[in-house]
Formats: sequence, C-alpha cells, structure tokens
Amino acid sequence: MQPIQRQEVQSLLDQFTGQAVYIHLETTNGAYAGLHSESATPVGAYIRNGQVTYTRGTITGAGSYRVGLKMENGWIYAEGLTDWEVDDAGRLLLAGHDREGRLAVALELSLTPFVL
Amino acid sequence: MERQVLVVFPHPDDETLAVGGAIAYHAHAGSPITYACFTLGQMGRNMGRPFFANRETLPQIRERELRTAVQALGIGDLRMLGFRDKTLEFEDPKTFVTIISDLIAELNPSLIITYYPGYCVHPDHETLAAATIEAVRLLPTGERPRIHCQAFSKGHERDLGKRDVILDTSAVWEHWYRAIKAHKTQTAARVEALETSLNGSDEDRMDAIRSLSEQKLYTYPL
Repeated sequence: MQPIQRQEVQSLLDQFTGQAVYIHLETTNGAYAGLHSESATPVGAYIRNGQVTYTRGTITGAGSYRVGLKMENGWIYAEGLTDWEVDDAGRLLLAGHDREGRLAVALELSLTPFVL
Repeated sequence: MERQVLVVFPHPDDETLAVGGAIAYHAHAGSPITYACFTLGQMGRNMGRPFFANRETLPQIRERELRTAVQALGIGDLRMLGFRDKTLEFEDPKTFVTIISDLIAELNPSLIITYYPGYCVHPDHETLAAATIEAVRLLPTGERPRIHCQAFSKGHERDLGKRDVILDTSAVWEHWYRAIKAHKTQTAARVEALETSLNGSDEDRMDAIRSLSEQKLYTYPL
C-alpha cells in the first residue's frame, strides 16, 4: 500500500458510484486492548461482503483521510485512512495504520465478493 | 517421549508465541506432533514493520509464515481447519467439540496443548480452549490424554498459582527463535529486540538465550 493520493482515490470512488459493490469495513483496537491498559476495552466493528450501492463517494482530509459514501437511504463512512492500493483484482483497498504500522481501520470496495 | 501430541489453537503464531518452546521440546524428544490451526489470522492488526501486508494479502502471507514456523518447531502434521479469524465464538460450539473429538479419535494423543480456558483473553482462544476440554471430558476417565495449557490474562497466577510443567528448552532455543522470526508480520518488534541482544554483549546474548530456554505451562485439572 502507498500513502493516499486523494485525487486518485476520488476518481476510483467516482468509478464505483451507482454500481452494486461489495464492501469490507472494519475498525478495531485489537482483542488485547484491555490486557496492557487499565482504561482500554477492546472495541471493533466489522462488515465483510455487505452489498451496497452509493450515489456519492467523497474523500476528504489531508494526511489522515475520511471517506463517506452516501446511499439512497443512509451513509457509510470511515475515518483515519492513511494508505491505499488497487489490487490485481481491481479492488480499492483503503486502510488506516497507527504509528507502529498496525491496522486500525479499513474500507474496501469490490465488484466481486471478498474471499471468506 | 509422548505417543502423540495434539496442539489446538486458532491463529498462526499462537503455537509459537504461546507454547513454541514446548512444541520444539517434544519434537526434539521424537514425539509426533499434529497442529490443528483453525483460522489464518485474517483479521490480525499487525501487517509487518514497516507494514507490507494488507487485509486481503494477510491470509496468504500468514499461511506461508505458519508453514515456515511449523517446520522450525518440528511439527510434522499441520491441519488447517479453514475458519475465519474472530468468528469462532459465533459458530455452534458443538462444531469445534466434534472436530477435536474426531482428531483425538484419529490420533490417540497422549498429550494435548492448548490455552487455559478462562485465562486466554482472545474470544477465539477461549472458544477453542473450552471445546478442547469438553472433547476430552467426553472420553472415559482412563482414556483421557493429559492437557497442558498456556494462560496470559491479567492476574491469572492469582487464580491458578504457579505453573507446574517446567520444560528445559535450552537445546531447542534456536528452533523456537526461528519460528518466532518466521511470523514476520506479527513479531517484527520482538525479533528486533532479540536480534539486538543476540548480537550484543555476552551478557545480553545470554539473557536472550535464557528467555528462550525454559517454557512453563499448567496441567489442566480434569
């Protein structure tokens, strides 16, 4: 993955607009969050292969980015995205890494289902 | 020497980070070892340092890491069960009891190694540890293998006391270390620290080797 290029990600979000896309969305602080810190508790949320169609996809921010997908009846967004890649399967992979390089958030779009 | 060892964990690297010394010890003694690894650790947060994996490439990379680690530890038989990381607790628990019971019936292990239920933090660990104990309890008393467990939750020693199984792994510390290194996406920070010590003063080197020269576990009271 490479540091996000906002314009390029925006043009990919535009390409997926109006199509039925499979979505992977996750955020986590890890199952061990409570082990090393008294104050933290493990939190996370995860959707893999939800199928959605959005009418407007937007990336904003600088350095750390946010992506919002507006649907006819709702919203999807991710915050803290730092890196991106279009893989061999033509999928848009976006991820946010912390200072140690650990994944903290991911948003991925694909026209075919993600592998389980 | 054990007739057969069965190792049960959910994630590639559990076998190395939780009990790698014990596995290398038993393999070195000539005991046949089967490792039932239930997921590919698809949801791991560590992507290498600096990161080189992404959410979609991580499973293939971790499978390769696992195969290298398994070889380093001397595990002759790796079974990958194909479940999805972080979802085990949402499956029907009977699924896992059945899989483990079938493995016990096939392999007739004298020793099973897994996590200590109630003291192993990650929901996937807890699910498989509980299923393993359940599968062994279904056997008649005289036919049950021993179970050695690893625990690492906060304050586990307060409840469980000191570990009673103490293995001298000084003859196999390098095997254990090679397995730790094999799990590159997950262990970069630890390997960096160990490497620095191993290449440092005699005292630092001895400390690093000593940290890999003993493995302690609990016997699970059935």
